[in-house]
Amino acid sequence: MRVIQYREALREAMSEEMRRDKNVFLMGEEVAEYNGAYKVSQGMLDEFGPDRVIDTPIAELGFAGLGVGAAMNGLRPIIEFMTFNFSLVAIDQIVNSAAKMLAMSGGAYNVPIVFRGATGNAGQLGATHSSNFENWFANTPGLKVVVPSNPYDAKGLLKASIRDNDPVIYMESELMYGDKGEVPEAEYLLPIGVADIKRKGKDVTIVSFGKMMKVALEAAEELAKDGIEAEVIDLRTVRPIDYAAVVESVKKTNRCVVVEEANPLAAISSEITYHLQRNAFDYLDAPVIRVNSMDIPLSYAPTYIDATLPNVKRTLDAVKQVMYK
Amino acid sequence: MAKKSTATKAKAKYSKETYAYWYESMLLMRRFEEKAGQLYGQQKIRGFCHLYIGQEACASGAITALTKDDKWITAYRDHAHPLGLGTDPGAVMAELFGKVTGTTKGKGGSMHIFDKERNFMGGHGIVGAQVPMGLGIGFAEKYQGTKNLCICHMGDGAVRQGAVHEALNLAMLYKTPVIFVIENNGYAMGTSVARTSNVTELYTIGEAYDMPSFPVDGMSVEAVHEAVAEAAERARKGDGPTLLEFRTYRYKGHSMSDPQKYRTREEVEEYKGRDPIEQVKKTIMDNKILTEDEITAIDKKVKKQVEDAVKFAEESPWPDGQDAFKDVYKQEDYPFVME
Ligand SMILES: Cc1ncc(C[n+]2csc(CCOP(=O)(O)OP(=O)(O)O)c2C)c(N)n1
Ligand SMILES: [Mg+2]
Repeated sequence: MRVIQYREALREAMSEEMRRDKNVFLMGEEVAEYNGAYKVSQGMLDEFGPDRVIDTPIAELGFAGLGVGAAMNGLRPIIEFMTFNFSLVAIDQIVNSAAKMLAMSGGAYNVPIVFRGATGNAGQLGATHSSNFENWFANTPGLKVVVPSNPYDAKGLLKASIRDNDPVIYMESELMYGDKGEVPEAEYLLPIGVADIKRKGKDVTIVSFGKMMKVALEAAEELAKDGIEAEVIDLRTVRPIDYAAVVESVKKTNRCVVVEEANPLAAISSEITYHLQRNAFDYLDAPVIRVNSMDIPLSYAPTYIDATLPNVKRTLDAVKQVMYK
Repeated sequence: MAKKSTATKAKAKYSKETYAYWYESMLLMRRFEEKAGQLYGQQKIRGFCHLYIGQEACASGAITALTKDDKWITAYRDHAHPLGLGTDPGAVMAELFGKVTGTTKGKGGSMHIFDKERNFMGGHGIVGAQVPMGLGIGFAEKYQGTKNLCICHMGDGAVRQGAVHEALNLAMLYKTPVIFVIENNGYAMGTSVARTSNVTELYTIGEAYDMPSFPVDGMSVEAVHEAVAEAAERARKGDGPTLLEFRTYRYKGHSMSDPQKYRTREEVEEYKGRDPIEQVKKTIMDNKILTEDEITAIDKKVKKQVEDAVKFAEESPWPDGQDAFKDVYKQEDYPFVME
């Protein structure tokens, strides 16, 4: 199968959907003439023209709100945040407007919009540029939150997100845009809300999503050398969450570790852990352990970063702990 | 009639010390950042690194117009302001390296330089965020009955943030002692000012709030000084804020990885022809304010300062990773979630 980059998978998804439906448009900072700050939308201005691939000033609140209004009035906007760190100045329009509109209007107005961009750390950028918002948005009823971990998932899930009739937060990573993976030429969509078992195993379940999947899979590789077969579940979306997939796996392995980049308090890992104690209590042979970023902002120096982010070593330690090794 | 050209003799209006300071501080900013650019290429400096090269007058000229008790805040293009205010270049360089001897112990990196001793209240990474904060800093000065003010720099791109407009309105409403400075270097990343609004005379946005607002030649350190001095007088008299648009230019890319396809070589060269350091040097020479020897001595001093700064940064230790837990709260025994 052909191999393409994560950014190309995103571009294909957007371009295919824009060819299919003229109401889909892309708007954001540097998306058109600069071809995207991270080159995701390279060439799209040439193909679709400035009416559909639209550069904005640095005015996230304004253009996020524009997107919501346009979606209420028949269009299907893709709003790009250069990174989700900058979505914070627009969060009112996401949480108060997009997420609540359908309920608030008694079902009159749905908001078919995709807010997309990078989440989480991208190396040494300091605290303002390194936050994770997956759990923030997942905490908001009315939104769907998609966090794909590889090019194949990225394409299928972005196409599904654009066709979805509810607002979707679609989260990428600067550190994944160059990742390569197999993506078929033929069209496909992936359903929102369905997890994917990225590696089969029977000894322990490792649950993760987004770029932390790399940590989870690398840890599983290491464990295999010691004869431990880890099952690695990629949640792919964190709202809704495919709880059943996690419970099914844990019924088999009886042990679970959750790896997540966000800070720990009120995180997706807390949520998974709650569901496991509620729905798989009798199957658990050890308490669930999570590996999150430490409970602090991410600072600049590499030593702080090593001490803060989840990594393979911490994941292996957690697995050993749940296996009483 | 004599044609106005660069051959015209530039008149000196300020003291020898002031000219010497302008030349030396701007040269330090320039050489420091040229070195930082090289070190970025060698991956000694990581992350984003936004250079101020070409814009030095916007910091240097403002510094001489204010007092040491006035407060400073700016965006992420923030190496030059503290250098001009007297922050140890070694500490700034160490911060760019991420060393424990840096201005924030390696916490902030290039975009988040702070120096409390010199009232430099940060480098801020979110476009426009420093503008309402600058308003608040000025508000606190007035509230406490001081005669101090806050000078708040922002880029031309920041002007399109909603928060900036709210802050301008509030500043005028409360007659807050703030000098808002737009460093209009023509571009926000790859987007020219003209592509962000119909309003391209940026200083006029202040007029919407009845704020005294002026365009200033940001390549001339003297013009910057004059405009800031006037605005400061207004603020100290209790007349509130001023908006100044410094028309300037960044010679380098937005950050370190910018192919710069959005502008022409000629445009860059044109601005280099009006270089702020060359301009002030010419005034100094034309008027014999400093001798050749004095200028050479400054050049040497700056060269050594930069070398020493790099050496200091190189030799400084990395921070202890566990210190990432320090300074998250003032409360010393804050119970972090540890598992
Ligand atoms: C709210 C927000 N949106 C987007 C960004 C990404 N970003 C960083 S700098 C920049 C351009 C800013 O340009 P300008 O204000 O003109 O300042 P300059 O870089 O020219 O000094 C952008 C879009 C950000 N940091 N914050
Ligand atoms: Mg600019």
